[in-house]
Amino acid sequence: MQALVIAAHGSHLNPDASDPTYAHADAVRETGVFDEVREAFWKEEPSFREAIRTVESDEVFVVPLFISEGYFTEQVIPREFRLDDWDPEMWDSDGTDASHTTLEATDVEKTINYCGPTGTHDAMTDVIVQRAESATGDPDIGEGVGLSVVGHGTERNENSAKAIEYHADRIRQRDRFDEVKALYMDEEPEVDDVTDYFESEDIVVVPLFIADGYHTQEDIPEDMGLTEDYRLGWDVPAEVDGHRIWYTGAVGTEELMAEVILERAADAGADVGDARETIQNAADAAVADRNDKTTAGPEAGD
Amino acid sequence: MTVATARDALQTALETEDAIAFDGLCVSHDADGYSVETPDNDWHGLDEDELGDALETVSEYITNWRYWNHSVGGEGTARRAFLRWCERAPIDADGAVDSNLRDDHAHDDHAHDDHAHDDPLPVPHRYEALQDGHDREWGQLCITARLVDHEDADEPAGERVYDLWHVDDADTDLAHLDVYDDPRDAREISTFDSDDRYRPLNTAPTLVSGWAFTGLSGGELVETIDYFYPATVANWHRERQGNLDVDHWMDTAERQTGIYDIIDELPREAVDWMAEACCVDSQCLRRREWQYEEGDELDADGGEEAFPCREPCSLVVAAARKWTVLESEEERTYELELTTSELNQLEDLIDAVADGRTDEIREADVYDGANRYRARYLRAKRFDDEGNLVAHQVEE
Repeated sequence: MQALVIAAHGSHLNPDASDPTYAHADAVRETGVFDEVREAFWKEEPSFREAIRTVESDEVFVVPLFISEGYFTEQVIPREFRLDDWDPEMWDSDGTDASHTTLEATDVEKTINYCGPTGTHDAMTDVIVQRAESATGDPDIGEGVGLSVVGHGTERNENSAKAIEYHADRIRQRDRFDEVKALYMDEEPEVDDVTDYFESEDIVVVPLFIADGYHTQEDIPEDMGLTEDYRLGWDVPAEVDGHRIWYTGAVGTEELMAEVILERAADAGADVGDARETIQNAADAAVADRNDKTTAGPEAGD
Repeated sequence: MTVATARDALQTALETEDAIAFDGLCVSHDADGYSVETPDNDWHGLDEDELGDALETVSEYITNWRYWNHSVGGEGTARRAFLRWCERAPIDADGAVDSNLRDDHAHDDHAHDDHAHDDPLPVPHRYEALQDGHDREWGQLCITARLVDHEDADEPAGERVYDLWHVDDADTDLAHLDVYDDPRDAREISTFDSDDRYRPLNTAPTLVSGWAFTGLSGGELVETIDYFYPATVANWHRERQGNLDVDHWMDTAERQTGIYDIIDELPREAVDWMAEACCVDSQCLRRREWQYEEGDELDADGGEEAFPCREPCSLVVAAARKWTVLESEEERTYELELTTSELNQLEDLIDAVADGRTDEIREADVYDGANRYRARYLRAKRFDDEGNLVAHQVEE
C-alpha cells in the first residue's frame, strides 16, 4: 500500500489557508492511485507530528506544498516528521533541484519518501502559465502581453527568490509572452513598481503563493495600486499607470497544482498510473468552465 | 440475505488452516473430523454436512467472523481496534477464545449504558445490542454501530454500518438533521463554531450540532472521525498498546527553532498557568498526558476523555511564544484609585472574557460587572484622555 501525505502550512487565524491543500488532496484521492491520502499541517491538524501514524500504508510519500526550499522543507518538516537521518545535503540542491530522498521516521515502521517542495518542480511552470490563462480567460494568452511572477522574497532565504527566478526564466525561454519579469514583495525589484518593468499594455501578475491570504489578497493588490483598500476589492483587469493589470491571486489555488503533487510523488517512485492525465483533464475542464462564466481576455478590451 | 456467504468463506478458510478461533468461536479439524465450539455449544467429530449444520446453528459467530476478517481486516491497526471498541468487542486478543466471553457471564448493562462498565460483550449480546444500535461517545461525537438491515439483500449477513452525530443530537429526529455520507463533509462542519468563528483547534468543545452521517462503512467512520478529531484514533490505539510517545513540555519547547526558539525560556510556573488556560476540558477535549517534563507534573487537570494529547499542540506553542515574551518583563508596583466594587468589576471582566461569556451578558444587565455599559462607564471614569488606565508606577 502507498500513501500520499501533503504537508502544508495551514493557519490558526485564516480558515481558507488550508482550502487549496484539501482541494488538491481531493483531486488526487479521486484518481484512486494512492491507497490513502492525508493532509498534514504546521498550524492545523493533523499536525506534521501525527499525520503519518494515521495511515496504514508501509510506503509513504511526503510532498511539501510549499513554494521554495528553505526553513520549512529543510528544518521544520524533517524534524516534525521525525526523519532523524535527514540532512539537507541529501537533496544535493542548489535551491531549486530537490527531488526526493528515502528515510525512516522514528515513530512508525514505514518507508518515508521525502520529496522536494511543489513550488520548485518543473511542472510548476505550467501551472503558472495555466494560471495566466484561467485568470484572463484566454487559453492562448501571451502575444503582446507581459507576465510577472511575484514571490515573497526574503533576504533570510535566497532560495525563495531562486524559485521565482527559475520559473520566470523557464517561461521566458518559451517565447510565449512578450516580457517576463520576476518581482518581489520584500526585495528589489519590487512588485510595487510593476508598471515600471513592462512595456506591454497588458500585464498578467501571478503571485507564486500556495494559498490566498494576507499577502495575496491585501498587500500585493494595494502595493500595485489595484485598489486603495483591499476591502473594496479590485477589477481584473485594473487600470494602473496606463497598463491593464490582470492580477490572478495565488497560483497554488489552480487545479493543476494537484498534478505537481503527483509529479513529486512519481519522481520519488510512487505508482501514479495515468492519474496525471486524469488530473490534467479535470483541471482543463475546470478552467474551461470558469472561462465560460467570465469575460474574454485582453483582446476584448482593445 | 443469508449466512451462506459467511459459512462458505469459513469453510474455504478451513481448507488452508487447521483451526479458526475468533471471538469465542473455534472451528477445527483433525483425523476425527470437524469440531465447532462456542462458549455455549460444542460439537465434535463432524463430517462436512454436519459441519455446515453446526455452523448454521451458531450463525452469529460465523457472520461475526466474516465481518471482522473480510469486511474489516487490518489486523493490528488502529482502525480495527477502534471499530471493535465501538461495539464492545474484545480488542486486545480478538482471535482468542476468552473465558470471559461465555454467554452466561454476568452482564446486566444496557447497550446504551457503556459508561457504567466497559467489559467486552460476547457475540450474542453484541448482536442483540447491534440490532438496535450500540452507542459510543468520542468527545462530542456519538457513534452508533448497527447491523445492516436483515432485509437488505445487497449486504452479507453480519455486516455493520455506523452512524455518527453530535452528542447533543442524540435524541433529535434524523429528519431535523443535515444528513451526510461523505467523510470529507466533516471538514466543513468542523471549521466554524456556532458563532461562525474559525475553530483552529479541532478538539475544542465547540463542535456545532445539527448534522448526521449515516450508513458509513467502518473505514469511512474512522476517516470521518479523523477529520473531526485528527489522529485521536491512532493515539488512543497507541496508548492501549502501551506505546504512546508522549513529548513533555520541555521536549517540545527545546525542539523549536525560528520564532519559537525562545519558548523553552517560559518559566516553570507559567507552564502551569498555560496548561490551565489552554488545555483543560473546557478548552480542549484531548486528555493531556504531557507534563512539564518526566517526573514533574503540571497542576491543571488533564481531563477524562478517551483520547490522549501526547504533546503541546501548535496553538499552545504559538501562545507560549507570546507568554515567553510577556513573562520576560519585570514586575512593577502600580498605584491606582478604584472603589472596592470597581476592583471586583475587574475580576468580573477578566472572568467573562476567560470563560467566553461576554456574548451571554444581557444588554441591560447592569448588575453584571462585565456588562458592556458597566465596562464603558468604568472606562469613562478611570481612563485618561489618551485612553489609558490612570495608574502610577510606585518607585521602589
